[in-house]
Amino acid sequence: MPSVCLYFQVHQPLRLRRYSFFDIGRLHDYEDEAENRRILNRVAEKCYLPAGALLLQRIEEYGGSFRFAFSISGPLLDQIERHRPDVLEGFQRLAATGCVEFLNETDSHSLAFLFSPREFEAQVIRHRERIRSLFGQEGFTFRHTELIYSDALAAAVERMGYRAMLAEGTEKILGRRSPNRVYRPAGRAKLKLLLRNYRLSDDVAFRFADRNWPEYPLTAAKYAHWIHRIRREEAVVNLFMDYETIGEHQWQETGIFDFFRALPGEILRHGDFRFQTPAEAAATHDAAGEIRSPSFISWADDERDTTAWLGNAMQRDAARKLYDLEPAVLGRKDKRTLRNWRILQTSDHFYYICTKWFSDGDVHRYFSPYESPYEAYINYMNILDDFSQSVKHAKERNHD
Amino acid sequence: MTLHILMFGWEFPPRMSGGLGTACYGLTEALTGLGHRITFVLPRDGEANAAPFLDLRSASDIPVSDADRDLGTETLLRPLTFRSFPSLLRPYLHPRHYHTLYLSERRRAPETATVYGPDLIAEVLRYSRAGGILARTLSFDMIHAHDWMTVPAALLARRISGRPLVLHIHSLEYDRSGEAADERICAIERAGLERADRIIAVSHRTKRMIVERYAIDPQKIFVVHNAVSRAEARRTGRDREFGKRKMVLFLGRVTFQKGPDYFVEAASLVLRDLPDVTFVMAGEGDMLGPLIERVAELGIGDRFHFTGFLQGEEIERIFSLSDLYVMPSVSEPFGISPLEAMLYDVPVIISRQSGVAEILKHALKVDFWDVREMAAKIIAVLKHPVLARAMTTQALDEIRKIRWENAAERIVSAYRELAPK
Repeated sequence: MPSVCLYFQVHQPLRLRRYSFFDIGRLHDYEDEAENRRILNRVAEKCYLPAGALLLQRIEEYGGSFRFAFSISGPLLDQIERHRPDVLEGFQRLAATGCVEFLNETDSHSLAFLFSPREFEAQVIRHRERIRSLFGQEGFTFRHTELIYSDALAAAVERMGYRAMLAEGTEKILGRRSPNRVYRPAGRAKLKLLLRNYRLSDDVAFRFADRNWPEYPLTAAKYAHWIHRIRREEAVVNLFMDYETIGEHQWQETGIFDFFRALPGEILRHGDFRFQTPAEAAATHDAAGEIRSPSFISWADDERDTTAWLGNAMQRDAARKLYDLEPAVLGRKDKRTLRNWRILQTSDHFYYICTKWFSDGDVHRYFSPYESPYEAYINYMNILDDFSQSVKHAKERNHD
Repeated sequence: MTLHILMFGWEFPPRMSGGLGTACYGLTEALTGLGHRITFVLPRDGEANAAPFLDLRSASDIPVSDADRDLGTETLLRPLTFRSFPSLLRPYLHPRHYHTLYLSERRRAPETATVYGPDLIAEVLRYSRAGGILARTLSFDMIHAHDWMTVPAALLARRISGRPLVLHIHSLEYDRSGEAADERICAIERAGLERADRIIAVSHRTKRMIVERYAIDPQKIFVVHNAVSRAEARRTGRDREFGKRKMVLFLGRVTFQKGPDYFVEAASLVLRDLPDVTFVMAGEGDMLGPLIERVAELGIGDRFHFTGFLQGEEIERIFSLSDLYVMPSVSEPFGISPLEAMLYDVPVIISRQSGVAEILKHALKVDFWDVREMAAKIIAVLKHPVLARAMTTQALDEIRKIRWENAAERIVSAYRELAPK
């Protein structure tokens, strides 16, 4: 039986404050509280609350036949726990239906695996515990920040007990094979892989309101028709996108809510099709083949690699200096220090320093609070300088 | 269709004092490259071989008969009376200091000083008569004039020939002098702006100022940014000496418009945290004396140097010694010098109050008045070699795409709208 597997990534970074060179040694809190709250409130009103209500209503309407997954990042959990309990309760109501799976990821929405396997594991465990305590779900499926994936990462994820993992359905790993099947990572015995159908996913996430797109306007009926045309032996259509697609990236005026209101009915209109969560899809479908990916892939930009975060010398410099601090940070055994170090690990900070402006530039600029990648780097390095000094000075004091 | 353009300009390489000459060279080279013919009128002897692609004329060589003296330039610009103009007006400098500066520059760089003679307005008048004579004797399709000095000539040529006038604004009196703007120059600018058939502004910022200050219909104004000539773009950067003390450069007229005082204040902030940096101010101007005193008062004289006026190879040398170029202009219609710095692999910080900030991505930008932020950015570039390298590598690619050919095509499209069908 073919199935549609819908997963929404829910994430807002803890953006950093404007931090001047002259603030180093004087200011030790790094978050832009006001800006983060402003954006959280905006996204809550435009997306999280109305989209949550819509999805809940659809689940009730279809009595369990409409199912999907969320992955909520640690920085967003921090923010809704602190400022928007109503948003958190909305997610908890969805969890209570039993129709929504909550995935696990690195708690700081970080690139830790690329620098420190130890820190990676610590963050996954922390996120798993938070999801368990907030939503009462045991982690079954793992997805890495920005859908980053590699053979080595798959091995680590399997070792931590996960049975399903998500990745980008790029030709780089698929060759000419279809993304609409369940695969097994090369060399793994228990872990299964679900690959994003990027064409169908991006039809909604990026092209939905594009008037120059020949398929505009996209209706749920048309979209369901495309899905129904997929060959039956290709069993799983993975539609992975940002949750903010509903109402924030695509505004309400585009008709995005109507689209999602009608989508479950249109998909289920064809009796052979059903919705499944990633865990269910991985459990019910056999692996159709092996996937090998010695290097890292992701869902970002045309390159589908890690160059959006670590592509230039400034990004690599910032990341290396941050992870070089690991022993000193752990040596402190101090909660606040650890928390600050982890806030600085969020991948968005590195994304803002990306200079691939001429091809993918517009997407980067839309999401960046900085005037240029150079400003982003300067700001980050100023904060890192202060953080590094505070870690090291404290260490000296400990030796006294 | 080939157009014949009668172009009025005030300076042209190698005789020039600012970006205007450089811009005229790049623009005319690209326009003739597109197949158009240009007769370019300069106030004094041009060096004909400097631009073989042009029909270069100098107004001083055109004989003026008594009849020509009464062509009516004065009535064109009523209520102004040229005869009442004082003799020490200047295009770029404050009147109070014009004469002193003229004398000092003539000593240092006699070639440059002759571009803007001691009696500028008499020159503007003489020049306008030559414009009238050319308009009667030549056949052409279009008049293109650069900045206020050529406005009387261009208006006269327009009246005599009936051809459309395109006025190209590289700099406004308000840019040069702020609220101390000279009313008489403003009046000439106004006459030109109101009567020109099309206006070309070197930036959106300049267009905004023309609309706000002179209430000109924005529909009439085209923005065409300046560019980098191909010869310049072929130049490459060089290796900077390793381990030498870092140097931060200001290069430009030391006048209100260029914001040199903000550079001095930023330098003193930087030196508190990075004492081992040299600051260099290259250029002359009416603020030089007060700034030398200010540097002494701040006690940073051992780290802050004044070179005076530089030209030719000296400019190349100072760029190649610099680790950072700062353009803190208070009001800069375009600002071509950051592009030059970038060609020497020097990272640049530019004021947001400049036209060039509209097109440069790989530069750091700062409000000219925000001295702390300017200092912080100077420190960042000096402290992080990775940042400086990322900026200069990308900048070189960027700058090679800013071509006069593209600017010329935009200008031709403005001509086309005006040319008789």
